Amino acid sequence: MDALTLLLLSVMTAATPLLLAALGELITEKSGVLNLGVEGMMIVGAVCAFAVSVSTGNAAAGIAAGAVAGAAMALIFGFLTLTMLANQVATGLALTIFGIGLSALIGKGYVGIAVAPLAKLHIPLLSDIPLLGPILFGQDALVYLSLLSVLAVYWFMKRTRAGLVLRAVGDSHEAAHAIGYSVIRIRYLAVLFGGAMAGLAGAYLSLAYTPLWAENMTAGRGWIALALVVFSTWRPGRLLAGAYLFGGITILQLHAQSAGWGVPSQIMSMLPYLATILVLVIISGDRAKIRLNAPACLGKVFHPAQ
Amino acid sequence: MRQFPISRRFATGLIAGAAAVAAVFGAPFGVDGASTAQAQDLKVGFIYVGPIGDHGWSYRHNEGRLSIEKALGDKVATSYVESVSEGADAERVITQLASSGHNLIFTTSFGYMNPTLKVAKKFPNVKFEHATGYKRVDNLSTYSGRFYEGRYVQGVIAGMMTKTNVAGYVASFPIPEVVRGINSFIRGMRSVNPDATVKVVWVNSWYDPGKEGDAAKALIDQGADIISQHTDSPAPLQTAENRGVLGFGQASDMIKFAPKAQLTAIVDDWGPYYIQQAKAVLDGTWESMDTWAGLKEGMVAMAPFTNMPDDVAAKAQETLDMIKSGALHPFQGPVVNQAGEVVAEEGTVLDDGVLLGMNYYVEGVEGSLPK
Amino acid sequence: MIRLESKGEPSRLFSYLSPVLAMVLTVGTGALLFELMGKPAGPSLYAYFIQPFTTLYGASELGVKATPLILIGLGLSVGFRANVWNIGAEGQLTLGAIAGGALALAFYEVETPLLLPAMMIAGVLGGMAWAAIPAFLRVKFNANEILVSLMLTYVALLLLSYLVHGPLRDPDGFNFPESRLFHDSATMPTLISGTRLHWGAVLAVLAAGAIWLMLSRSMLGFQLKILGDAPRAARFAGYREPKLVWFSLLLSGGLAGLAGALEVSGTVGQLIPTISPGYGFTAIIVAFLGRLHPVGVVIGGLTMALTYIGGETAQIEIGLPAAVTGLFQGVLLFYLLACDVLINYRLRFGRRLAIG
Repeated sequence: MDALTLLLLSVMTAATPLLLAALGELITEKSGVLNLGVEGMMIVGAVCAFAVSVSTGNAAAGIAAGAVAGAAMALIFGFLTLTMLANQVATGLALTIFGIGLSALIGKGYVGIAVAPLAKLHIPLLSDIPLLGPILFGQDALVYLSLLSVLAVYWFMKRTRAGLVLRAVGDSHEAAHAIGYSVIRIRYLAVLFGGAMAGLAGAYLSLAYTPLWAENMTAGRGWIALALVVFSTWRPGRLLAGAYLFGGITILQLHAQSAGWGVPSQIMSMLPYLATILVLVIISGDRAKIRLNAPACLGKVFHPAQ
Repeated sequence: MRQFPISRRFATGLIAGAAAVAAVFGAPFGVDGASTAQAQDLKVGFIYVGPIGDHGWSYRHNEGRLSIEKALGDKVATSYVESVSEGADAERVITQLASSGHNLIFTTSFGYMNPTLKVAKKFPNVKFEHATGYKRVDNLSTYSGRFYEGRYVQGVIAGMMTKTNVAGYVASFPIPEVVRGINSFIRGMRSVNPDATVKVVWVNSWYDPGKEGDAAKALIDQGADIISQHTDSPAPLQTAENRGVLGFGQASDMIKFAPKAQLTAIVDDWGPYYIQQAKAVLDGTWESMDTWAGLKEGMVAMAPFTNMPDDVAAKAQETLDMIKSGALHPFQGPVVNQAGEVVAEEGTVLDDGVLLGMNYYVEGVEGSLPK
Repeated sequence: MIRLESKGEPSRLFSYLSPVLAMVLTVGTGALLFELMGKPAGPSLYAYFIQPFTTLYGASELGVKATPLILIGLGLSVGFRANVWNIGAEGQLTLGAIAGGALALAFYEVETPLLLPAMMIAGVLGGMAWAAIPAFLRVKFNANEILVSLMLTYVALLLLSYLVHGPLRDPDGFNFPESRLFHDSATMPTLISGTRLHWGAVLAVLAAGAIWLMLSRSMLGFQLKILGDAPRAARFAGYREPKLVWFSLLLSGGLAGLAGALEVSGTVGQLIPTISPGYGFTAIIVAFLGRLHPVGVVIGGLTMALTYIGGETAQIEIGLPAAVTGLFQGVLLFYLLACDVLINYRLRFGRRLAIG
């Protein structure tokens, strides 16, 4: 493979966990719920995916376990914030603390164990096309899933009735309730989807990105995913762009260092963060449009009047 | 009347799923806590900067703790606090250890130096041991490993195994310990392959598997066919395995993660030192001192030489033996820095003071070290 | 299974009772958890909740740990009332520490009583400057402050790393990444000798009082509340949102910066790569535990400090791994946050179904 292909492959790997987790959070937020516990759900997803993969020898079971575990974490969050009406911001942060502890406990017996990396697809001929072949036809399943999810989320929100309802619930829970939608039920589903996607992102980390388990291995990626949702102004296409921008600059600065640029590495490491801010500033010009996309009820407690 | 907002079937399904997950994890759910029995002769406390499940630095120190328990049995009890930030928390945790009956306390990260010193002055009857620092008082010793000795051996192997004459080095932070390792590595490499160079990428983290792996990819993409690392996770080595190049393990033998790629690994073995110091306290012979132990003493050990031809393994073993016997020093003159200036003449050796504060690259390292 | 019935108006009784109930539930769950881990429940709970209070040093450490949490939580609570989401207090704290610390190092040779106040002012200004970036970008370019403040946190931590690895490094420190130790005139004096409790704790209490006065007595406090509760009404009433955004961010940034300067001058005594173990993030929880009320924030800060110190004590005394203490801390927070529902609602367990 040539250098450019390899570079693009690295970028895709770096962007995929961010994209998966952020897509889930996007749906959660669209329903009007702000879950800051992405990091916690992701790390629990990572350890459960790894543990099940090792125990069963089946990577698909591991991926499924990651998603279920993420959703189970999200269920805790949902119960606290939707049923018990606890504050969403604080509960999300508490969920992260909880998840880091829980994952360490679950992972105790799995430190230092190796597992084969998630299989990469190989389609004869197609995967061998120069440049595009390995990128389009030589990735592992979760990379495709992340890209398909972008399309699916886009389609869901734009083209389906359920997507419309989801947006309605996020924009005005009172009105949606008045029309007869079960706001809480819809929000539960959105929160669970968010958790499952964060769990998948974790599974990607522990099975494909770096096939191993070690404590705190998510290293803050859940937070970046949260920021990317804001960056996207709740639009899946922009989310894709954001994840690849962040992943791309992260990889490029490593390449620049390797090539011997004389800039202090700390300054180089700042670049992905600074670039994200810069691009956000450029694309945030249209106030009205952002207000249109932003779920108006984000973070607000809903209790149907008696 | 309003019902619980999710349907029964839906909830039951979820709970069944969660139960299945719990069943899978049932087996390894045991916790090996520290023993905290009361009546022992000696209570040893440890403070770790990372979680013991990091499989890197803190994990190895915890293995050392466990070896004290194994060796001295009923005579000691140990306890530890993990993931303690090097800021204000460190002083409190060390104080708590000292005031709760621990007679010997190991503080296992450089950032604990000043907090350890402060607490040591307040508790003159407690013995303290600080890893990788340089401040000592009557009841505070320092200790560290000469990991650079192992890196020289790795360099020799890399120099013989490389086809591109370029090695890649995934580095954490530009501190003397890491810079010394890079320099020792390239000196080993150039001792057998004068054309060799090493490229360095700093990830600004001790521990971020994803980023470490990405750094290794960047280095491989730019021509490196040997990956060395001074970060904690097996990710760079795994990346080497996936990309079909070679690499070295860090802190532990990581052959399981890279059966085809690991040439050898530097293994941090704190156990013998910890046992020795614990015994010294028990015997009343403990004294404040500085220990900088290497291959000879066994604090730095090498994993088996694998994935290399016999002649390379033989050369590596010979280098290892020479360093052990003192016949070879990784920084024996002439040592030439990156700018071409001779910093140690032929027949001299860079002394420990210079090595301790090393903040320049030697020749063969690409790129510049930020000042 | 569970449904909530509105009480009509908030119950005063339950605003005090709900934390008590949360503690009861936590103790019960904790006992179960610790027994499951094979550790005795009684001594574990004692180590977690009581032992830190049994010595003067332990109790004073609660104040040491709570001081930055309270200072930051106070500032954040003001912004959160107005829906200004400063998630980057950690970065503002770091800039405050850098500014205060750099001043101490610049006047390393000078002994003057003015140095400490100057460091504190520098800390406040440093934090404000860092918070001014998201404020400016939100007001001027409509850029969301959640993203900007969070991203700037990483930038701040890298900046600190760069400085202590380079320009601010101790010239006699063998090139290790730390600055010189500050002189006495740059060190915050302690309140009680033998402890680390310093004058910063007093500042935190004063700040709580000042913010309470501002929120309850000033027009500005009222405007912030309206902006948060009913942004359209606020606009209709002619409140200038940009002004309130600026105010919220500068206030929370300034207080976070002060916390940073206090941390380096009061407890750490030098600049090092990691100054805060995540105070800026933890303080977000503190703000909500305190129900965004200044007095509540003080209590919330102390509670949160206890959960950390109790966790350390349980590791030392009982041998509970940090994983368990972290898990337990999460559970405790869940209960504390969820029980507040009882202030406004009563629970009804309807329809006797096996499982809802």
